[in-house]
Formats: sequence, structure tokens, C-alpha cells
Amino acid sequence: MSAYSTSVLMLAPHRIGAMVVRYLYLLRSSWTRLLELIYWPAVQLLVWGFLQFYIAQNSGFFARASGVFIAAVLMWDILFRGQLGFSVSFLEEMWSRNLSNLMISPLRPIEFVAALMIMSIIRLAIGMVPVTFLAIGFFGFNLYGLGLALAAFFVNLILTSWAVGIVVAGILLRNGMGAESLAWTLMFVLMPLTCIYYPVTVLPDWLQVVAWALPPTYVFEGMRALVMEHQFRGDLMLEAFALNVVYFAAAVVAFLALLKSARRIGSLLQAGE
Amino acid sequence: MPAEPAIAVDQLVKIYKTTAAVDGISFALAPGSITGLLGGNGAGKTTTIAMIMGLVLPTSGTVRVLGAQMPRQRYQVLHKMNFESPYVDMPHRLTVRQNLKVFGRLYAVEDLGARIATLAQQLDLTEFLDRPVGKLSAGQKTRVALAKALINSPQVLLLDEPTASLDPDTADWVRSRLERFRTERGATVLLASHNMAEVERLCERVIIMKRGRIEDDDTPQRLLVRYGRETLEDVFLDVARGRGYAREAAQ
Repeated sequence: MSAYSTSVLMLAPHRIGAMVVRYLYLLRSSWTRLLELIYWPAVQLLVWGFLQFYIAQNSGFFARASGVFIAAVLMWDILFRGQLGFSVSFLEEMWSRNLSNLMISPLRPIEFVAALMIMSIIRLAIGMVPVTFLAIGFFGFNLYGLGLALAAFFVNLILTSWAVGIVVAGILLRNGMGAESLAWTLMFVLMPLTCIYYPVTVLPDWLQVVAWALPPTYVFEGMRALVMEHQFRGDLMLEAFALNVVYFAAAVVAFLALLKSARRIGSLLQAGE
Repeated sequence: MPAEPAIAVDQLVKIYKTTAAVDGISFALAPGSITGLLGGNGAGKTTTIAMIMGLVLPTSGTVRVLGAQMPRQRYQVLHKMNFESPYVDMPHRLTVRQNLKVFGRLYAVEDLGARIATLAQQLDLTEFLDRPVGKLSAGQKTRVALAKALINSPQVLLLDEPTASLDPDTADWVRSRLERFRTERGATVLLASHNMAEVERLCERVIIMKRGRIEDDDTPQRLLVRYGRETLEDVFLDVARGRGYAREAAQ
């Protein structure tokens, strides 16, 4: 590894802390940003929760599978909001035209990414924790009742969300604000493929191959096995984790390559459209 | 033996697609010097400064800052450098104090509270410290940006049109603070500007760029003598439009 690569990968906690504090200052200063974190997950939970409630009253299968939709909604939100928490924090720098200040500071790219990962968890916690209590209150579904399995689901989903967030950040650095819509929509490409609300066997054979190449598919299958059959599939979690390690590493490499490309074409100077 | 230059640029080239933004420039800045980088729009000043900071990769040529090769060794020296430009903002919702705290931590400034208090006092920001940056006037924002640029007492300070869009009084005030910082810190300052009076007042050396190349490089006094002009503005017009233009226009 070259001296340059080594220096790029070194981490200083005080610089990561400085960036986390910067985002916390921002959240503290804006109640609309805080409200937005809770608003959509709560709306989504209520819509799907009441739908499940209705179907369960009219279908023996769904009565047995009580909670599977709500669990799926909450898991999807971990995946989607985790990525959004990462990407929006990054976008804040572009919206405020502060990126050049950061890029000429001693902040290393990997420290920046680490701060964004921490912020994604903080934003997720602010948005999701109240919603999980809403699920208990309205539908009697206790996500924390999943126990240790929840930790395995969470780790795998958040790793995927970070991998997507890192690639989106790299594309934004390289292509500017013209690529902003990717931050809001890229995760939806995974939505039909990762089989959030239905088993993988529903997909055509060739699409199942694609689905099994995506770590969240294993999590959603594992979640259904746990909620419907009361069986924890550790094998699925390990396979998802192995895939996540590969995707996360690939995302970091892609981010550094896109950052280098941004330096080459001068897009860090403008960081606009 | 002469001291190693604070900034050494050698045969620097930056080509965007087919356009040469910077076309083979070389210069060296002595430690503690203050140099003006003059040129019209598109002359290559900002790209040159961006390459010195490691923000843009050169197509060819080298840049060394305080002995470190940029951008490869930039993390050896970025904590000793800083930059200010009206075209780069700071987070608007954060207060002045919060912004300075964040950047102070990024630059690992010791005794940060005292440093912020000193800068606030020097730059007349004390009463605005707890006000969001977005609610300040243009002149106040420039002072905050300057405070950020000075937070780490940089050895190398790069300024890109630091007084653009300021009224003459505020601009003069900012120049005085820059002069004072340079004298007290002994920092090397590179100042890109369109403002000839500013360059004439602050700089001991002027590099004039045109279409990515260095057209002239001398002290302001010698430039005035060589071009037979009374102001740097006339010298600049001579370089930009061809020698003798300003005199003919005046006649």
C-alpha cells in the first residue's frame, strides 16, 4: 500500500467528532429537519399496519403471519432511512457550499465517511425509535421482541445502506448536484429485488439469482422465518454479512476513485450543478 | 543557503478536456512573503490556487507546499494551510461560534475557546458569535470566513478575491487585518484578486496571469516603472489588452 493510500485510510477521532458535532448543531437548530426524520416512517407504519390489520381479519394466512408486514415496513425503513441519513448529511455540505472548506481541511475522506455513518445511526434512532413504540401502541407489534435477531438484521441492513450511501456520495462529488435525485431514489431499485413484502420464490428464477446477490434479501427472508415460523436463520445472516463486507469494501474503493476523478475534473471547486 | 520556498510551482499544467486552464506556469514564494495573483476572468488564478491546495489534480507539473508534494502528501501540510473565498460558504444555520468550533476541531487547534475569543475580538465578531451565519451581512460573513481561515494560524494562507462584493470601508478593514496577521504570524500569503488597489497595497510581488500563463512577475514598483504607468490597473490593462492600450484610451 502506498504512503498516500495509508494516509487516506488513517482515522482521527477528533476530526470525526467535529463533523458529528457539526451535524448535531444543524439538527438542533432546525425542528423541521427533526420532524422530517419521524414523519414518513410514522405515516408508512400506520398505512401498512392498518392494511395488515384489515387483511388479518379476512385471511387465515395473514392472521397466522401477524406482524410480518409491520416488521417488513420497519426493516425497510432501517435500510432506506439509514442510507438517507447518510446521504442527507452529505448533501447538507453541498447545499451549504461548505464542501471546499472541508476538502482543504485536514479531514480525510474516510473520516468524513465515518462521521456520515455515525450520523446515519443517530438520524435513524431519532426517526425510528418513536415509530417502534407507535407499532407497539397501535398494533401490538414489539420489534424489540425479536431479540438478538434484531441486532443481526440491523447490522446487515445498515451495512447495505452505508454501502449505497457511500457510492451516492462519490457520484455527487464527481457529478455535482445534478445527481442529487440519486440520493432519494437509488435505494428504490432494491425494493422489488430484495423481496421486502413477499418471499424470494415469488420471483422468476433468473431474478431470484439477482435477489440472492443482495444482502437485504437474506434479512427479509430471515425476518419472515422468524415472525412466521419462529425460526432464527443464522446461516442467512452470515451469508448477508459476507456479501455486505464485499459491497462495503467495493463502495469505499468506488468512493475514493470518484473523489480522485472529481479532483481531476475540478468538480470539487464548483460542487454545484 | 536560501530558505526552501513556502510554495513552489513548477511547469504546472491543467487541461479540462481540450481547454488549458493553466498552461505551464512556474513560480516560487518565499516564506513570509505576500504575493498577488492578478488576472482577468478565466486567467487560471482559481485553478492555480485549487491545485496548490490539492483540490484539483494537475495534468502535469508539480506543486510543493512547505516541502510537501501536492496533492500526494497533502495531509502532511493541510493543517498548516487555510483558504478563504467569498465563493465558498459556511453552514448558514450554525452560529459563528459553532462554525469556528467545528473548524477549530478539524484543525486540532489547542485552547480553542481562547482562540475563538481572540479572533472574534480581532475581527470584531464578538457580538455576532452566537448568531447564525445566514443572518449576517455580506461584510460580517466575510469576517467570519476570515476567522475560519485564520483559526489554525496558518503558515500558508490562500485568498481568492477576499474582498469581492464588500463595500470600500469593509474591504479596507479586511485588508488591514490581513496585513496585521501576515506581519504577526510571518505567514506566506497568496492573494488572487481583481482589485488592483488591494494588490498594490498588500503585495510585495505580483504575478499577472493571462489565459493560463504568467505574463509578468515582479514587484508592484518595478512593474509600474517598466510599463511606464502610475497604477497597477493601467499595467493590468496593458497586459490584458496589449501594451499602450490604457494610454491610448486615456488620450
